[in-house]
Amino acid sequence: MKDPLAVPLEFYRAYTSESTYFGYSKTARTMSKRKVKETHMTVGECISQVQTILRQRFCHQRLPEKPMGIESQHKHLLELLRRTAVHGESNSVLIVGPRGSGKTMLLKCVLRDLLEVKDVNKNVLQVHLNGLLQTDDRIALKEITRQLNLENVVGDKVFGSFAENLAFLLEALKKGDRSSSRPVLFILDEFDLFAHHKNQTLLYNLLDVSQSAQAPVAVIGLTCRLDVLELLEKRVKSRFSHRQIHLLSSLSFRQYLDNVILQLSLPPDFADAKFFEEWNDSIKRLCKDKSVVDVLEKHYNSSKDFRSLHLLLMLVLSQVSVCKPSIKPTDLLEASRVCVADSKANILHGLSVLELCLIIAMKHLSDIYEGEPFNFQMVHNEFKKFLQRKSQSIYNFDKPVVMKAFEHLQQLELIKSVDGSTGKIHKEYQLMKLMLDHNQIMEALQKYPQCPTDVKQWALSAFG
Amino acid sequence: MAGQLLQPGYEENKLQRVSKLLPCRDVQSSMLLALMGEPEQYSYPSIFIYGHRATGKSHVIHTLLKELDIPYATVTCVECVSLGLLFEQVLFSLFGPDSATLLSRSPSLSDFVRVYKQLCVQNPAKQTKYIVLDRAELLRDMDANLLPAFLRLQELVEDNVTVILLSEIVWDKFRPNTGCFEPLLLHFPDYSKDELQQILSEDSHPSYSTELYSAFINILLGVFYSVCRDLRELRHLAALNFAKFVEPLESGKVNESETHKLWRNIEPHLKKAMQTVYLREVSSVQWEQQMEKEAGAVRGLSAHGHVELPYYSKFLLIAAYLASYNPARTDRRFFLKHHGKIKKTNFLKKHEKTSNHLLGPKPFALDRLLAIFYSVVDSRVAPSASVFSQISSLVTLQLLSQVGHNDQLDAPKYKCAVSLDFILAISRTVSFDIVKYLYDFL
Repeated sequence: MKDPLAVPLEFYRAYTSESTYFGYSKTARTMSKRKVKETHMTVGECISQVQTILRQRFCHQRLPEKPMGIESQHKHLLELLRRTAVHGESNSVLIVGPRGSGKTMLLKCVLRDLLEVKDVNKNVLQVHLNGLLQTDDRIALKEITRQLNLENVVGDKVFGSFAENLAFLLEALKKGDRSSSRPVLFILDEFDLFAHHKNQTLLYNLLDVSQSAQAPVAVIGLTCRLDVLELLEKRVKSRFSHRQIHLLSSLSFRQYLDNVILQLSLPPDFADAKFFEEWNDSIKRLCKDKSVVDVLEKHYNSSKDFRSLHLLLMLVLSQVSVCKPSIKPTDLLEASRVCVADSKANILHGLSVLELCLIIAMKHLSDIYEGEPFNFQMVHNEFKKFLQRKSQSIYNFDKPVVMKAFEHLQQLELIKSVDGSTGKIHKEYQLMKLMLDHNQIMEALQKYPQCPTDVKQWALSAFG
Repeated sequence: MAGQLLQPGYEENKLQRVSKLLPCRDVQSSMLLALMGEPEQYSYPSIFIYGHRATGKSHVIHTLLKELDIPYATVTCVECVSLGLLFEQVLFSLFGPDSATLLSRSPSLSDFVRVYKQLCVQNPAKQTKYIVLDRAELLRDMDANLLPAFLRLQELVEDNVTVILLSEIVWDKFRPNTGCFEPLLLHFPDYSKDELQQILSEDSHPSYSTELYSAFINILLGVFYSVCRDLRELRHLAALNFAKFVEPLESGKVNESETHKLWRNIEPHLKKAMQTVYLREVSSVQWEQQMEKEAGAVRGLSAHGHVELPYYSKFLLIAAYLASYNPARTDRRFFLKHHGKIKKTNFLKKHEKTSNHLLGPKPFALDRLLAIFYSVVDSRVAPSASVFSQISSLVTLQLLSQVGHNDQLDAPKYKCAVSLDFILAISRTVSFDIVKYLYDFL
């Protein structure tokens, strides 16, 4: 007798392996459906699989079958790269869009589709560079040599000098021509950081190769800066083809909502058919709920990118467990509360009463002197004035104790020194600035546990 | 221990042990566990945890990772003076001792990622790996690309890895100006008074009952809670002062039920502790020693402010103080024998009064310092090399500070960097009445 779990697991593995995506051939689907009917998994196993699948989507940025809403860009880029890969045309292109708008996703989808074309897979070479990692041209060049497997040409070690390395690489690229040599795709992530390299040597050389009739290369830059062309030197700019693909999200709220449903629902080849239907139905019901729509609309208004959506959904997903096998509207409310929480208010909540008093004194000072910086002496003076008016002497602390509280506020960066020179002047006389605004302080006071009434009144009174 | 941690994929008894080790952190630890998911599932690429000092950020993380046998590397950013050290520590704890040798001498981030990928291919991961960066605010001062790269490390090394950043400072102060991958923010709230009481009561003295100890903690919190909420500091203070608290019990004067008498005994003692031991005026060892003697008998650190100086240096310092805290236009009135008539009403502008000691010292030129020096010192002093060298040695002693470094020889400017108490003591030794010459105290 076969183990009932074995088959779905096999399918599941095939599903998660890199070669298959959301897509699945028709035969595989029918096969899985037939097999599924025989198997029933426990709720725990189902949940565990749901977690695995959805976590891959949210955390690992798995590629979707078809990029949503950017079909024209996808077509454009694919055609461009296909011309390089098949016909040996040299090209350069910039993909520009805000963070989380799916630039890398678009590129990866295009590369995936490109490699499916016949002959391209064996023929084309890819070089991936990242502006965060390759911080100068020397490192970038070594990385290129490594990724093109050229290092074994000169034995184990990578070339000696930078100039030698560059000369060799250019030589290797120049020797080629359109018909015989293999096309190279240079993918430069964080393209704007490459523009900060000295003399922009790397960019100049790459774009120069793409302009002259040498080995076919395609230079693809990904960046989030709209003004990236202003960063380029004139000679570099003139060699760039000025072809830009913009990824500006034009999602309407309706589409956004559909996207949420799509992101949360399970793929049809899920092992347990019954659970699959229940789950997808519950997701559809969830997204019709009034409170859920409100929360999502709020998120949609603050940002439309996929990353922040994934962050929200990840928080929702983490609440799903065996004892609570579906998503409830309250989960989403809770997750959204975590997402939008004001971190400074959280920090203010944990301060001691003395530190809170100091903050109120600072608030009064900046009210009176209209945002002029203050020093410890002034704050202490203000605090003493408050104590004198109140007959109780509970808060009668020594000056060094108050100083310690003041320094703690500085460590938390709630106050910041105006001039960076620390240690030069006396600590008491260093000019500081309060990094909180009026509303934050008042809100924190309202939420503060067991806030003394006189402190509260002092905060409310205008001008101390 | 109310909450029981639940998470499939980990052994039941281990989870039970963990929840015992983490008092008052049920919500946070179960949330973290839920985010981590089962060992082989992906977790969010980067998690940023913030909260006040001693709210159990590192403790919770380390206990979870250690007790549940999850592969992790923990690095305190204070220790990493160079990037190489940071990378080495990460590779060492994730891939064993041999791995760090693969890095070159001064590795760049690119080398680190390459070596990491290489090691990943050799022994592919079955579980999520965690990299914990403690005191993450220091990452901002290192290379600008380091923080954004660590936030998206999962994508860069193509491995199942999660970076956890721990800090006291809020995320808003971290964000680079071109943006970055936004981490998942988690807040560790401060302990409430009851929670502090509960945690502190746990480490009771073996020879006394737990009720007595928790009564002591109650008194301690009553004194210190409005100033300090740092668990470590409070625990330290509790350990130091408990001996004093049980003193009357040991001598047999009071029995355990008379809490009021015990309170009366300890309260003044704790108030004194706030002025001394809390500010590190007196070290803990000294504090324990002086328990036997009279509390506060030992002079603290700040009482050693008296500095022995040469005669002219004293006058130079006095002159510098006068120059810093008096406005220049009053010099005529103070230091000239036959100054012209100045109407008192003009001279004292009301709003200006006492403001100088509030705003701090003002810079003054060398000429003005010398002029005041010659008028306050009685004897004739030649402007010899020794006078000038004394000025510059006062600067190296940090009693004066030089303002603006552009002009070393020609017309340098100084500020006086000593407090009023200090200068009063100095002027007493040379029998000079400085208060008479200070504009603020006129």
